[in-house]
Amino acid sequence: MTLPTTVAALSAGLAQGDFSSVEITTAFLDRIAAGDGRLNSFITVLPEAALQAAHAADERRHAGMAGPLTGVPYANKDIFCTQGAKTTCGSRMLDTFIAPYDATVVTRLNDAGMVMVGKTNMDEFAMGSSNESSFYGPCLNPWKTSCVPGGSSGGSASAVAARFIPFATGTDTGGSIRLPAAYCGISGLKPTYGRISRFGMIAFASSLDQGGPMATTAEDLALTLGIMAGFDSRDPTSADVPAEDFMAGLSQPLAGLRVGLPREFFDANLDARISTTLEAAVRILESLGATCREVSLSSTAYAVPAYYIISSAECSSNLSRYDGVRYGHRCKAPKDLADLYQRSRAEGFGAEVKRRILVGTYALSTGYYDAYYAKAQKLRRLIKEDFTRVFAEVDVIAGPTSPTVAFGLGQKTADPVAMYLSDIYTTAVNLAGLPALSIPAGMVDGLPVGLQLIGNYFGESRLLNVAHQYQSVTDWHARAPALES
Amino acid sequence: MLEAAEVKAIAKLARIQMEPAELPAMVEQLAGILALIEQMNAIDTTDVEPLAHPLELPARRRADVVTERDERTAYQTNAPETREGYFLVPRVIE
Repeated sequence: MTLPTTVAALSAGLAQGDFSSVEITTAFLDRIAAGDGRLNSFITVLPEAALQAAHAADERRHAGMAGPLTGVPYANKDIFCTQGAKTTCGSRMLDTFIAPYDATVVTRLNDAGMVMVGKTNMDEFAMGSSNESSFYGPCLNPWKTSCVPGGSSGGSASAVAARFIPFATGTDTGGSIRLPAAYCGISGLKPTYGRISRFGMIAFASSLDQGGPMATTAEDLALTLGIMAGFDSRDPTSADVPAEDFMAGLSQPLAGLRVGLPREFFDANLDARISTTLEAAVRILESLGATCREVSLSSTAYAVPAYYIISSAECSSNLSRYDGVRYGHRCKAPKDLADLYQRSRAEGFGAEVKRRILVGTYALSTGYYDAYYAKAQKLRRLIKEDFTRVFAEVDVIAGPTSPTVAFGLGQKTADPVAMYLSDIYTTAVNLAGLPALSIPAGMVDGLPVGLQLIGNYFGESRLLNVAHQYQSVTDWHARAPALES
Repeated sequence: MLEAAEVKAIAKLARIQMEPAELPAMVEQLAGILALIEQMNAIDTTDVEPLAHPLELPARRRADVVTERDERTAYQTNAPETREGYFLVPRVIE
C-alpha cells in the first residue's frame, strides 16, 4: 500500500476501498513510532484509542454512513481538551490534567469520523514562537533538526511536515499557526475571529485566540475547516455565521484578483532572500491573472508592542484560574493559602509564562492602565482601520509570514524581545481579527519560506482559492523533508 | 526604570513566588519587554476610541435556564485534594 499524505487523497482512497482506516491509521502510527523520537512533535500518542476509532470508522463506512473525512487520521494540538486523554497545554501545571469534556472542535472532528492519533507539542500555554517553552522539551524542525519548528503550534507543524499525520489542529493568538506553518513548509490557516469555537480550547488571550487547520495543502485546509467552523452557543464570542462549503470556490480562476503588497512588510527587517523568493511568488499570482499593487499598513510597527500588552493582560487574567485548588499542579505542604497559590504557580509555570503574567499584571495595575492597556486598545483600532482602508482597494494582502526562515534552537531563548519580533508580520492580523494563511513558497538555506495571505472578514474562501490556485502551478507544498536519522 | 522592588510587588499581586536569585534576570527581561512596549508612545492616539473586540460584536446573552448537568464528581477527579465534595485548602480561619 502506498500511503497518500493529503487528507483529500486519503479521503478518496477510503471511499474507493483502496485501504481501510485501520490500515492507514496503523501506517501513520508506525511513522510516528519510527520518527518522533527525533522530532518530539507529540506529547501524547494514543495508539489504542486511535485504532478503536479507526475500526469504528470502518464499520461506519460499511454501514453506508461515512462522511468525506470518516476514517482519516489527525492530531490535536495539546491545547484542545480531549475527554479521557491528557491535555497539558505544554505545561507542568497541567501535566496530569484529564479534561472531563471534549472541546467543540474535537467533538466536530470526531463526529465527522476522523481518527485522533494523539496530542501535539506546543509552547507552554501557547506562549512562544519556537516551541522551546514546552515543559515536554522543544520540538524540532524536520527540515533541519538543529532549528526550531516555530511556535506555538510547533508540534502540529512538525508532525504534518514530517508526514506523521495529514492534518492537525493549531491555534493562533499572534501567529502561532502561520509561523510554524512557514518554518516547517506546510499550509496553515488562522480563520476570522469567531469562525471556530473556542469552547474547550485552553484560553491564553481570549480576544485574540483562534483555532485553525494545519495540513500540507490549501485543499486540505478547506476540507477540514468545513468541519471545524460554525456557530457554537457554548462560546460567547462565536460568530453566528454558517460554515460554508469552503471547497466550492477553490477552482475559481484568479483573473481580476486584486492583491495588495504592504510596503511595511517588505522592510529592512525582512531577509533579502525571502524578499526575492516572495517576489517570484507574486509574479506567479500575476501570471494567474492577479493584479498586484503596493499598499500601506502604516500602523504595522506598533502591532507587536500593542499585541504584547493586550495578550499579556488577557493572559494574566485567564491564567489566574491556576491556583492549585481545583485542578492543576499543587505544591507540597503549603503553610497557608497564600503559600499554596504562590508556590503552586511558581512551580507549575515556566519562565516565559511567568514573564507574560507579570507584564500583564503590571499593565493592568493601578496607575498604569491608561498608559499601557488603554493605549494598546487605541492602537488596536488604528491597526484595524488600516486594514479596512486597504481592503477597500484590494481583495487579499500578500507578504512574508516571518522576517527569517526557521532559526537555530536556543538562538533567541535568552532574549524574549528578539523572540517576539519573529511575529512582526503576524500579530496585526490577530489584533484586527482577520483571517490569514501561510503557504510554502520557496526555500532559503534548505529551509522553507512562508507566503502569508491576509483576507477580509469571513473571506476564508477567497484566501483558500488563491492558495489553491498558487499550489496548482507550484510544488513547494508537495516537498517533504528527508528526515535526518 | 523598573526596580527590583517593583517586580517583587507585581509578582506578589500575580501570586507567583519569586526567589531573590531569580529577581535580577526577571527585572532585566521585563525592562526589555517594557522598552519594546513603550514604542507605542511614538504614535498619537488622542481621540481614538479603544477597541476591545476585533469585530465589535456585543456579548450574546442566553436564556436564564439550566443547560449543564451536575458533574461535580467528574470535575473533582482533577482536584489535588477534596473531601465530601469540597475542595480542600489550608486552614484560613483560626
